[in-house]
Amino acid sequence: MKPVKVLSLSALLGSALVLGACSDDAETGATTDEGTEGGGEQLQGEIAIDGSSTVYPIAEAVAEEFMLEQPDVQVTVGLSGTGGGFEKFIAGETQFSNASRPIKDEESQALADAGIEFTELQLAYDGLSVVVNKDNDWVDQLTVDELKKMWVDNGTAVKWSDVREGWPEEEIKFYSPGTDSGTYDYFNEVILEDAQINKTATLSEDDNVLVQGVTGDANAIGYFGYAYYLENKDNIKVVPIVNEAGEAVEPNAETIESGEYAPLSRPLFTYVSNAAIADEEAVAAYAQFTLENAAALAEDVGYVSLPEEKYTEQLETIEGLK
Amino acid sequence: MENTARVKSEEMVGRIDGRLMKNKVIKGIFLAATAFTTIILMVLLYRIISQGAPYLSWDFFQNFASRRPEQAGIKAAVIGTIWMMSVVIPTAAILGVGTAIYLEEYAKKSALTRWIQMNISNLAGVPSVVFGLLGLTIFVRVFGFGNTIIAAGFTMALLVLPVVIVASQEAIRAVPNELKEASFGLGATKWQTIYRVVLPYAIPGIATGSILAFSRAIGETAPLIVVGIPTFVAFLPSGYLDQFTALPMQIYNWTSRPQVEFHNLAAAGIIILLAVLILMNSVAVWIRNRFQAR
Repeated sequence: MKPVKVLSLSALLGSALVLGACSDDAETGATTDEGTEGGGEQLQGEIAIDGSSTVYPIAEAVAEEFMLEQPDVQVTVGLSGTGGGFEKFIAGETQFSNASRPIKDEESQALADAGIEFTELQLAYDGLSVVVNKDNDWVDQLTVDELKKMWVDNGTAVKWSDVREGWPEEEIKFYSPGTDSGTYDYFNEVILEDAQINKTATLSEDDNVLVQGVTGDANAIGYFGYAYYLENKDNIKVVPIVNEAGEAVEPNAETIESGEYAPLSRPLFTYVSNAAIADEEAVAAYAQFTLENAAALAEDVGYVSLPEEKYTEQLETIEGLK
Repeated sequence: MENTARVKSEEMVGRIDGRLMKNKVIKGIFLAATAFTTIILMVLLYRIISQGAPYLSWDFFQNFASRRPEQAGIKAAVIGTIWMMSVVIPTAAILGVGTAIYLEEYAKKSALTRWIQMNISNLAGVPSVVFGLLGLTIFVRVFGFGNTIIAAGFTMALLVLPVVIVASQEAIRAVPNELKEASFGLGATKWQTIYRVVLPYAIPGIATGSILAFSRAIGETAPLIVVGIPTFVAFLPSGYLDQFTALPMQIYNWTSRPQVEFHNLAAAGIIILLAVLILMNSVAVWIRNRFQAR
């Protein structure tokens, strides 16, 4: 008799779940109906967003605020990474794709092949911060060439003394975001220029691991998003980077926004499907909402807002696509 | 005579000392091993609980994810995990126990069954990311489920299936042959024997093994990421074709954030995850005791 009990129990559980599911359906159906009758302005729909984990905090903040205004629009935000996000965008599975680097040629080609037209929206700036250990008292500033000299693999261990004379003869320990990340891609573009990164470098997809690494080793150097530096500024030291004008500039809200902190300031993007904006009211509303609120929300989560007129320009572009 | 006997016994005493010494050392090694694991576990638990406990509140269960740590909650993730498990458990249990019964009771011991058996054991060791890729290709794209509860649930069911099969097979194999023969001797058919004799005897083993496997499905992150399960979901699913998020996704995201408050939230999430796991393991123990008592 015992197995009979087990079977009937599981059958009961199963049916309870299905019934539960059905009644849930009915309930949400009812509430959405009321919503449309009462609100007037209330939109409905589903918006799928995926992509960079660097942009995720901004996307999460925007989605959170948007759903307070439009509770019937179901927004989901994933963090497959910039490349993974574009893959889903190309497959037509998402309406927005977050990216911490500009779209690559092959990706925009694939989108063209799939017949998906898109618009690039800039949301905020991030300053890639180059950091060293608190006890490192020799590095006062670095030039792009010096960065390149130490980060590009030349087959041998790099010592601080190789970079500049008078610096200690200690081997440099490198900490870098993983090669899948948009952060790495950007660093690769402006510093490495497609050369092999130093093979002794510790690569990690989790920026907190990089923070720990640099905190624990006097000869360490690493780079990551500004927000991670800001959160850990008591434990690590940021290195001023010499820009094209020859000034050594430290990353902070002003220097990143004004573009003085160069070339390691980078814009953060979201890419939106033009067809989705034209066809779905909710997507258009979401794109507008994103641009209207990105400045405040980006600062909330540790990024730097764009100049006001940038958002206005992009809002006009969206208006034109509707 | 007496002399030699005494020498012998002295030798023996000497050897006994050696053996007793060895006995103590071995005991010490095992004790050290146990102590080491326990201490590590305690340190881990202490860290997690001291970090996360202050964040455990009713609001934490009631709120959706948020950019503000003090308002962030785990509601969508807990409910999403329950929904996902309501797909994983029946799917993996039915397919797993069914396969195990077939392989143990019906299949002829041929080269083919041995080959299948070997593959099942190997599948148990395949990295979970690979199952994620399989789920993405088959369930999300080919079947067109999208990144929904059902797609993730089936993927996770596949991931734990080999373990369920192997555990169930072991349990079925442990059923004494005499019982089965007695059942056949009384004229019972194969199905009657399986249903009335084999399964009741094997259920404690099957349940223990399976629930450990299901616990793995609750904690896995990698396949969910590959399948494309979103992290920010501020609504509850209303059906199996809805999108959702799961506990490990939310925890993973919180640990990777720059702000310390989010790391503490992650610890609070881990406490919830541990509580769910302990609950499931207690159910396994309960089932085992209940069926073994009879």
